[in-house]
Amino acid sequence: MVRFENVGLRYGLGPEVLRDLTFRIEPHSFQFLTGPSGAGKTSLLRLLFLSLKPTRGLITQFGHDVATLSKDAVATLRRRIGIVFQDFRLLDHMNTYENVSLPLRVMGRREDSYRDEVIELLNWVGLGERMWALPPVLSGGEKQRAAIARAVIARPQLLLADEPTGNVDPSLAQRLLRLFIELNKSGTSVVIATHDIALMDQYDARRLVLHEGRLHIYD
Amino acid sequence: MRAGWCCTRGVCTSMIEVKVTTMTDVDRSAVSRARGALPRFDTALVPRNSISGRALIAVVAIMTFLASLTIGAVILVGGAASEWQSDVAREVTIQIIPAPGLDLDAASDKAAAAARAFPGIGDVRVYSKEESSKLLEPWLGSGLSLDELPVPRLIVVKIARGAAPDIPQLQRMLAEQVPGATLDDHRGWIGRMRTMAGTAVAAGIAILLLVIAATVLSVTFATRGAMATNKPVIEVLHLVGAKNGFIAGRFQRHFLLLGLQGGAIGGGVAIVLFAFAGLISGWFAGSAGGDQTAALFGSFSIGITGYIAVLCQVVLIALVTAATSRHTVNRTLDTID
Repeated sequence: MVRFENVGLRYGLGPEVLRDLTFRIEPHSFQFLTGPSGAGKTSLLRLLFLSLKPTRGLITQFGHDVATLSKDAVATLRRRIGIVFQDFRLLDHMNTYENVSLPLRVMGRREDSYRDEVIELLNWVGLGERMWALPPVLSGGEKQRAAIARAVIARPQLLLADEPTGNVDPSLAQRLLRLFIELNKSGTSVVIATHDIALMDQYDARRLVLHEGRLHIYD
Repeated sequence: MRAGWCCTRGVCTSMIEVKVTTMTDVDRSAVSRARGALPRFDTALVPRNSISGRALIAVVAIMTFLASLTIGAVILVGGAASEWQSDVAREVTIQIIPAPGLDLDAASDKAAAAARAFPGIGDVRVYSKEESSKLLEPWLGSGLSLDELPVPRLIVVKIARGAAPDIPQLQRMLAEQVPGATLDDHRGWIGRMRTMAGTAVAAGIAILLLVIAATVLSVTFATRGAMATNKPVIEVLHLVGAKNGFIAGRFQRHFLLLGLQGGAIGGGVAIVLFAFAGLISGWFAGSAGGDQTAALFGSFSIGITGYIAVLCQVVLIALVTAATSRHTVNRTLDTID
């Protein structure tokens, strides 16, 4: 599904923040991406999400060499990837239902064709009663769940989550982890970037550990 | 129909430990009842009625109004200047200068008769002694006896519409037939007036270009300001897989509407103002003030050309707003990638 070969990344003329990354993300797999702050987790997630291009090496996603893709092709490919940001990035002028529906809306689908799916998903993540609420009135946990719902509504093949439990209490963190595990069971490959060791200890999964720009893999 | 979100590998599992795990028809209808309908995606992707959007409308409206006033002023000055020129050019003045032994009344009648008989002359009006004296009143004051002063007698000769009489020939003829008669064809005045009118129109056009440039620049920067508040929207649309053309198109359409809204307000107020000014000048036509205003500004109407120019300007400013938003979206997307 995703293949990195000797990938390096530097910003401008600065030092390489990621060095010689070689790994694969297989379909239906689950992995934690971890490492100390500043190790390059977010940069690696951005490479996986195609919002950065490597300065060297080869990245292949869904069989495409990302270096050769046009902007429109990248946008099309990105629809197969869901991403959950640490800061949620919900649109404040849209209610929860509209925020979650957004990926389907930009894909050009008719509302009649997706309304039931969105309602069902909102109920599944426990936001059925909050679908008319605007993000500013949602709690941190509700925002997090709304962000996750938006990331998975289009049934992505790959789900990326950047510190998804960073802003929630341990109890909610555990619930969110269960959510990701269930999504993985339904066929989505999951990459969770976190430095929450307690969270990782709750689920036996592959660990990608970044340290000083290099990747160590523990299967 | 695909499997529901709660069902994976044939086992229903609760995702979150909250009251509702799956939505039944009862639940859905309960929600619908509470809200009166199923949820709908009614909100525009680009936020409407934002403070920055309203500020942009205000900027566009004000700048369009000022630019429209400038367009109207240039058209009025241009029209008035050409009316002055044609009015003055349609008249020549015969002046009978008093001389010892010259019967001014007889000389005036003779000169008027000669002028009337000349081809291309429309109307001839001899100013009486009293009328000629009255012309001097603004300088010499009223109540002064002008009998002792050698006040020249004036004859205003109007040229027939569409005619081009041989003025030098008329001049020569008058000099031969009426002693003391001179003819002023206002050439000096017309020359100066033409220069003045040309300068006024050129200055007006220069000011108009500056105002349009200022309008375009201020609208451009106001649009960029309004777009800055929309950066998170652009980023999120980009991240959920919207193509650049889709995002740019949404913003372009939104800002085109904002530009048209602001332009319609500013241009509309200017059009109403011009129409009202035309109406007022019509009401006061014939009064002393009205005649002076008409003499200065002509009919005080910018005409159909003026209204079309204002409308074109409204469209231009709306297009500038839309193009700027598209450019800003593309630049923002470039920085995201």
